[in-house]
Amino acid sequence: MAPALAWLAALMVVPCGLVLALAFFRRGIYGGIEYTFTLENFGLAFDPLYAGIFLNSARIAGTATLIAVVIGYAAAYAIAAAPRRLQPVFLFFAVLPFWSNYLIRTYAWIVLLNREGLLTQLLRWFGYEGEPPSLLYTEGAVITGLVYNYLPFVILACYAPLARLNPELGEASRDLGASAMTTFRRVILPLTLPGIAAGAVFVFVLSIGNFVTPALLGGGRFQMIGNLVYDQFLTANDWPFGAALSMALIAIMMLLLTVQAMAAERASGRARTAEGDAAHG
Amino acid sequence: MADRPKPGRSPLWLVLTLVYGFLYIPIAVLVALSFNEGGLPTVWSGFSLKWYGSLAANSEILSAALNTLIVALVSTAIATLLGTLLALGIEMRRRHGRALEALIFAPMIIPDIVLAIALLSFFSMLNITMGLHTIVLAHVVFNLAFVCSVVRARLKSFDWSIVEASSDLGASATTTFRRVTLPVILPAVIAGALLAFTLSVDEFIIAYFTAGAGRASTTLPMQIYSMIRFGITPEINALATIVMAVSIAALTLSQRLNRTVAP
Repeated sequence: MAPALAWLAALMVVPCGLVLALAFFRRGIYGGIEYTFTLENFGLAFDPLYAGIFLNSARIAGTATLIAVVIGYAAAYAIAAAPRRLQPVFLFFAVLPFWSNYLIRTYAWIVLLNREGLLTQLLRWFGYEGEPPSLLYTEGAVITGLVYNYLPFVILACYAPLARLNPELGEASRDLGASAMTTFRRVILPLTLPGIAAGAVFVFVLSIGNFVTPALLGGGRFQMIGNLVYDQFLTANDWPFGAALSMALIAIMMLLLTVQAMAAERASGRARTAEGDAAHG
Repeated sequence: MADRPKPGRSPLWLVLTLVYGFLYIPIAVLVALSFNEGGLPTVWSGFSLKWYGSLAANSEILSAALNTLIVALVSTAIATLLGTLLALGIEMRRRHGRALEALIFAPMIIPDIVLAIALLSFFSMLNITMGLHTIVLAHVVFNLAFVCSVVRARLKSFDWSIVEASSDLGASATTTFRRVTLPVILPAVIAGALLAFTLSVDEFIIAYFTAGAGRASTTLPMQIYSMIRFGITPEINALATIVMAVSIAALTLSQRLNRTVAP
């Protein structure tokens, strides 16, 4: 046990602590680090230039999260409703792409979306003439790439609570006269909210901290916080600011995970009450 | 589920078809193009393996592949050993704090970019020259967490009384581990190792930041990244197909082993 914990302490806890400390130091004149305490790295985030990038990346990540959650939930719902013996197979094939190389999955979209790509070809077959539309290097391409890469994650997160759902709850709701839509909105959705929230948190955090997809599918025209961190460490050489940005990323994640945990707590309380009601009513 | 639909006439099957289409068509197109003789993305000019042949003749790609293999094998070996011991240590005690859980969970959820820059800062502040060895050090961090969680899942249903029985019958601790504990957890250990191997082969961001300067420690994902930025080539399609085939094969095997141990 000890060697593993030592490894994690030395190569994760200490380096992360170092980054946290770095965030409070000042950038040296020649790109080094000046060891004086400051809060200005966090203040920089409110600089109009960076605030713009923040809002933009939050918007892109938010859109990707929303789309991934809608598609992922629908898929998870469909898998949970499939014959029981098929469910593990469906789930396995939903998650399989997630375990293959991220770069390759992103590259696959470059192949599809570029000017001479398959989608342009498809448009031509349908009689489209003239300039091929620029599908690549757009915000839409970045969002598509993010949704594509993180969708399996949402499916997995939403499937667990959907599969656990007690069928009697839906029946009870319908027996009491609720429509299918009301049953979904008032019974199924609230009980599966923790799964949705867990999936959403990870998609959002991984998207906002991404630098590969904006670089490859956005052609460098769309900056996420991840690209900003990348630049501070590999090109601009402002490590303290980069460190502050990464800590902001971790803070966002912790905050959202806390909210998610609270939602899960409430939902499990609600599930117990509902099960009790279904049993007695 | 509340309303199990009849297969075949439900909109749910339409949802599944669309989602799996979305997930697999891009990959399928990529794989198909890697066998396209002419190399053009839109014109099919016949089946050919020539792009795979040209990969084999590319020394940059071969050396990157060798680096990836070294990193993956070494980091998997270390992570499998440490992760298994960690899992055994935790499950044997049964009582453990939330801090320990958080410590083991953290490497799996921390965004790659954060761990990457943290390790970069750490190595450069200690003046450690970066190269393949630092990538190995970094990969073990998340790999051991994954191995640990796979082995722990198996140990949850492990009957510890057979360990007591073994020592009561006079077996030494080593003999008990070798003859009793290990055979039971072995499928999970191998499943964890396969998962770690795949994660390491595919990992790009952390390797990119901890590889140091120079081409000597370029791994396959780093090579793929620089090729992709340069443009689309039939060679990337072929390379991507091979890398995907390797990860998918390793993962399917891992999943299968895991299923046999966890009923």
